[in-house]
Amino acid sequence: MPPVVRITPPSRWWVIPASELWNYRELIYFFVWRDIKVRYKQTAVGAAWAVLQPFLTMLVFSLFFGKLAHIPSEGLPYPVFYYCGLLPWMYFAASLQNATNTIVENQRVITKVYFPRLVLPLSATLSGLVDFAVSFMMFIALMVYYGIRPTIAIFCLPLFLLLALLTALGAGLWLSALNAIYRDVRYVLPFLVQFWMFASPVVYPSSLVPARWRWVYGLNPMAGVIEGFRWSLTGGDRPSGLLLFASSLVVLTTLFGGLAFFQRVEATMADVV
Amino acid sequence: MSQTVIRAEALAKRYRIGKRERYLTFRDVLARALRAPARLLSASSSNHRATNFIWALRDVFFEVKQGEVVGVVGRNGAGKSTLMKILAQITRPTEGTVEIRGRIGSLLEVGTGFHPELTGRENVYLNGAILGMKKAEIESKFDEIVAFSEVEQFLDTPLKHYSSGMQMRLAFSVAAHLEPEILLVDEVLAVGDMAFQKKCLGKMEHVAKTGRTVLFVSHNMAAVTRLCQRGLLIEGGKIIRDSNALEVASQYLNSDLGTSAERCWTDLETAPGDAIARLKAVRVISEGLISDSIDIRKPVTLEMEFYNFKERAELFSAFSFVSDQGMILFVSVDFAEPHWGSKPRPVGLFHSKCTVPGNFFAEGQVRVIAEVSTRHPFYEIHVLEHDAVSFQVIDKGEAGSVRANWGRNLPGVVRPLLQWENKLLDTNS
Repeated sequence: MPPVVRITPPSRWWVIPASELWNYRELIYFFVWRDIKVRYKQTAVGAAWAVLQPFLTMLVFSLFFGKLAHIPSEGLPYPVFYYCGLLPWMYFAASLQNATNTIVENQRVITKVYFPRLVLPLSATLSGLVDFAVSFMMFIALMVYYGIRPTIAIFCLPLFLLLALLTALGAGLWLSALNAIYRDVRYVLPFLVQFWMFASPVVYPSSLVPARWRWVYGLNPMAGVIEGFRWSLTGGDRPSGLLLFASSLVVLTTLFGGLAFFQRVEATMADVV
Repeated sequence: MSQTVIRAEALAKRYRIGKRERYLTFRDVLARALRAPARLLSASSSNHRATNFIWALRDVFFEVKQGEVVGVVGRNGAGKSTLMKILAQITRPTEGTVEIRGRIGSLLEVGTGFHPELTGRENVYLNGAILGMKKAEIESKFDEIVAFSEVEQFLDTPLKHYSSGMQMRLAFSVAAHLEPEILLVDEVLAVGDMAFQKKCLGKMEHVAKTGRTVLFVSHNMAAVTRLCQRGLLIEGGKIIRDSNALEVASQYLNSDLGTSAERCWTDLETAPGDAIARLKAVRVISEGLISDSIDIRKPVTLEMEFYNFKERAELFSAFSFVSDQGMILFVSVDFAEPHWGSKPRPVGLFHSKCTVPGNFFAEGQVRVIAEVSTRHPFYEIHVLEHDAVSFQVIDKGEAGSVRANWGRNLPGVVRPLLQWENKLLDTNS
């Protein structure tokens, strides 16, 4: 007996469609695969951009923020310090942008075929992981060059990466659903990403933030992520538990709120997009 | 025995018109969201202050049994596409429920999700996955899909270098290999050239014969009547007729064109004509009944009634038959009719009829122009009624027609069943 699907008006309640997403895992795979395949098509250096972008940014930051502005770097060589921050940041920024635009970009598919729309922002955040992996190779080369040995803390890295992914997904859910209705989001996004970067310890260490304001600072989950990356890759001071706790809490709130909002919009997404 | 696979109850879908409102300003919405964040979460209710709604569907009830092939017909904007979108789960209804038993596949467009930068091969996988095929399923059907599409040698070329015809062929062959239990098809056949449309129809016919349930939206009544047993006629968001496909198709054709198999003018003042002759009625008759769906094998009779107001008028009546492309197929005139043809007529009501033999028209829509004119002493038109009546010629694909059970394209503006004779001359060559 084949399963019965009930199509009903959108309900007030929402659930995480975990089993449905699992059924559509191959589609997630294909969307990720498409994103990766297409990303560097018709470029001369191809996937090398995944390395060049953070590398060139790192050089610029090292020169201006480091050598000229003398921003402290917690005793790390500037290139390592900045690259460490740029690794999660660039992954986050690209994923957020892709996730935000994914609904609008796949407008034609959305209006013609059914699949859980959640597949789109999810695969947009997942496909950035490949670029992350490539630019991580570059980081290993930097570590070797500067003779920095990773500590045992490196095993925490996947946790921080997951936190970055969930942050991008949580914010991406809100923004992609909003973008489906209000195209203003597209113009707000570049500013948002820029402000967010300066509100995160990418170009400066979070130790510059006064200690009593540290928890407020931690409300930006990327602060926890980037501090976590620096710590797990290069050792040094462990980021404060309070900051990590605040970050995680904010991420989960954003994520669940985003899921609820996304599903609200999802019901009529094909009509408004 | 065959169970219900689709059951729609009190289905309704409301759209807002004057949609611009939601683009108002982002600031407004943010302000609203800050004042009442909960309202934003129930996004649909926050729009209620706009009062202009349109019900694209309302009070739709129907059931489809397993293996039924149902044609969904209606004018543009009647609600067909909305119904399909709800069944395909692309959008949710405003009210009511649908229960669907079995895997549903929708072909509301071919080539959904094709990416120009990817190669043909990659697009087959991507498109297949988007349409709901599993990776293993695509892999096992891959060779078949490629063979059907006839683009083998370009398989590793990016799609953007394909001609639109090649893209279409590739897209359709992926779609054709989708094997859901319930298939929704919408207007897919409206794209592409004639040959391509015929190929699609052939494939549809095949699907219909394998016992799968198909809902088929089309404006092509010939296709609907050939493929479907049952039809749903949608008008103004409601199902106004649920019957066999032939009846539904003919009702649709009548309502859509505003002409029918019968036209009567009760008011002599406004009837077409002048001081010499005026039209009273025009009819299409098949097998003794007024009918606008004609079996291609059966003769069709056209008749008209008109008043002659002038003593000893030398009138003639004529019918011109026009194809749906607007070409006049032929004209028939009553010059040689034995009673009143080419003879002076007294004042009175006249009846003229003309019978076109079976197996003469090609499939499709035929519109009829009715004419009454004076022949002598000089040609003068009194009545010239364009689209007086129209009818649909339907080939059911049964024995006795030229097509018989041939499923492919048969071009030509007429389709006479001619005499053929084959002989075996020699068996030793």
